Amino acid sequence: MSILIGADTTFIVQGITGREAVNLTRECLDYGAGAKIVGGVTPGRKGRDVHGVPVYDTVAQCVEAHGGPIDGSVVTVPPAFTKDAVFEAIENAVKLIVVVTERIPRRDVAQMVELANMRGARIIGPNCLGVIVPDVVKMGGIGGPAKNAAQAYSAGPIGVISRSGGMTTEMSSTLTAAGLGQSTAVSIGGDAIIGSTYAELMPFFEADEQTEGIVIYTEPGGRMEAELSQWVVDNDCRMPIVAFMAGRFMDEMPGMSFGHAGTIVEGKEDTAAEKIARLADAGITVAEEISEIPEIMKSKLAAHVEHKPPPGVSVPAWVRGGSPL
Amino acid sequence: MRFFEYEAREIVKRAGIPVTDFGFTTDAAEARTIAERIGGPTVIKSQVLTGGRMKAGGVKFADTPEQAEAHAADILELEINGHMPRGVLVDPKADVKQEYYAGVVWDGTAKKPVILFSDMGGIDIEEVAEQHPDHVGRVHISNLLPISDYQAKECIAQTGVTGRALQRLTPIVRSLAQLFVDNDMVLAEINPLCEMKDGTFVALDAHMDMESEARGRHKGLLKDLGVGDDETRLAREPTDFELAGEEVDGADHRGVAGNVTEFDGNIGLVIGAGGGSLTLFDAVRAHGGEPANYCEIGGNPSVHKACGLAKLVLTKPGVDKIAVMMSIVSNTRVDIVARGVIKACLELGFDPAEKIAIFRIPGAWEEEGFKILEKYGIEYADRSVSMHEAARRAVVKITGPDAVAAAAEAGS
Amino acid sequence: MRTDGIFIGIEVDDEALASEPRLAGHLSQVCPVDIYSEPSDGELEIVQRNVDECVLCRLCLEIAHLEVGENAVRVIKIYDGGAALE
Repeated sequence: MSILIGADTTFIVQGITGREAVNLTRECLDYGAGAKIVGGVTPGRKGRDVHGVPVYDTVAQCVEAHGGPIDGSVVTVPPAFTKDAVFEAIENAVKLIVVVTERIPRRDVAQMVELANMRGARIIGPNCLGVIVPDVVKMGGIGGPAKNAAQAYSAGPIGVISRSGGMTTEMSSTLTAAGLGQSTAVSIGGDAIIGSTYAELMPFFEADEQTEGIVIYTEPGGRMEAELSQWVVDNDCRMPIVAFMAGRFMDEMPGMSFGHAGTIVEGKEDTAAEKIARLADAGITVAEEISEIPEIMKSKLAAHVEHKPPPGVSVPAWVRGGSPL
Repeated sequence: MRFFEYEAREIVKRAGIPVTDFGFTTDAAEARTIAERIGGPTVIKSQVLTGGRMKAGGVKFADTPEQAEAHAADILELEINGHMPRGVLVDPKADVKQEYYAGVVWDGTAKKPVILFSDMGGIDIEEVAEQHPDHVGRVHISNLLPISDYQAKECIAQTGVTGRALQRLTPIVRSLAQLFVDNDMVLAEINPLCEMKDGTFVALDAHMDMESEARGRHKGLLKDLGVGDDETRLAREPTDFELAGEEVDGADHRGVAGNVTEFDGNIGLVIGAGGGSLTLFDAVRAHGGEPANYCEIGGNPSVHKACGLAKLVLTKPGVDKIAVMMSIVSNTRVDIVARGVIKACLELGFDPAEKIAIFRIPGAWEEEGFKILEKYGIEYADRSVSMHEAARRAVVKITGPDAVAAAAEAGS
Repeated sequence: MRTDGIFIGIEVDDEALASEPRLAGHLSQVCPVDIYSEPSDGELEIVQRNVDECVLCRLCLEIAHLEVGENAVRVIKIYDGGAALE
């Protein structure tokens, strides 16, 4: 199984005629079994098509043409119009919204998230590359063209959550090379306020039988890692978690932001050092290098399976001593 | 984007919150005129975007307008933490009865603004929160519903403040929350918020920080305050090297060569993208290397842009070689970046094989990219070589194996 | 005519250009990195400074093939031993 999306997930692309959106549409249609992109929205462009996907003026028209509810939307409109586009999707009963757009003011993001919470919808992003279920489907630019995505991602037991889109692929590729495939990889976005944090995605992975371990990529700035640590302790998380922390140099440079908008160190709790300590307290191993992640995960999984076999999950071959490949 | 105190006070005043009859000037003689108008003892405060102003001698008390002028002249010449003041603020010396704190910040976990209030004002709020948690009130506000007086009242009442003070503080704190939201602030703080001996309530100092991404929708306010479009107001002023980096990025709309930041070391970095750059910069340092710069290439830059950035880094004094590294790319193209950095070497009259210590960018169009690198004899790596290993090779080549060994020793 | 950058060379068959007057305009329209410009007198110019920006998209090859025939335009990968883009 997977989390958030699957082979049957229907979605639309808002802002579909934009340059990046045209590419992203092609990539999603080509990847795995082919995404079910049932329509696209660009106001004033109704009647056109993008790689065979019909374009409409409104989300409501998409829903009507589709003849029923649509599961998701990828939003790639300019920052000034993003809030409106997301509101439109939510009010048309779309339940999963991937916001690709960068540089959206925090207040707009917070408003989108609050409305989504009220309506039972979920936002991934903004400033993210979306979600991929290896070999099955991808929703967003994650992994790039289908050929490149297929090279980096493979199906397997690891859930990946990352504040950096590019590093989602780098880490998954490293896992793939070591024989650890991924159940679902989620690029959650690099902004200070995002729709879905690590802790908010953990219940999905926890409930997913395929997922046996979690790998996260994290950075200085914000309290998201503390929130994850708390979640892990409070919920007696069944899965081992391995983290990688980039941007350690930023601890010496308070008030500066590197990499992503959300990385600014504003207080003591925002620093890499503090976060590493918090994660470690919750039993989350923080790898020094990305290349160490697979081995750490394998040993944690082996120890984990021995002590607490999750119900209904068979022991993977490589834990019993077989080769992962 | 941070505001100077005199600007922050102006924003507070515009929100209907009472402030003192202060004046701002860049001229010592005018400071005297302002002090004369105020007509009594005054405080002269340096206007700098850095802390520790009091300790550095950037705040002085004056009994007469003559003294105000003399202090203003001194303070205008006084550099604080590397910052020259924008000007001085001349403020009536306050007769304070009680100091409070009021602030609004984002709570990233709740994804809502949170109003903070304390009856222990005038000191650092984080310190109060740590040592006297019962003296800090907290109330989250909705992003969709209008802000209401009761939210401010609840927040104040949590600290035990009641009676006339509660009545008078409530509209001030509510207005602060409103201005936070209306102006896309990431921090709006009045500290201290004072009850004066005459019973009035006045904002005596204010800190405001507006989200940079939202500047476009507050052009009117910024124009009124005289904030220029090119004022970045970062924690430190950009260097010439960094300004040149911005120029390279701005010269061509294709792709990004962003966040070019100067460091003291000798290892020139052409790295990307957001998370990749953070990882690689750490990796270079972990192996004992000292970067000459930070940067983030991405978004499929043109040959021209990659070339411009590489040239800038290659010509930085102290830089002998560059390391060109990224996490696996899917949008940016390996071959285009390869062409750009090689072109930079050739146009500067260098041998690319000599100047590029390592090229580690796997991903889109890598077959073509690797062909180019091979032709020029450049050491390159595919995805089987980790980012950390690539960084290590760069440090070995540029700084020498001893640095790497020393770093390994220190780390183990 | 042929114009070389460091990495890429662009060769347009002069006879093909003469035989199909619309080709020059179409080449300048399809190229995403402005390698071909069409000056006002209708004669094609290869923009030297943009040649190395070529993204190997084949759009110019396709349009030339369609309008004139094979090899009317050739994109040479100088870095690949002078191999022509297929």
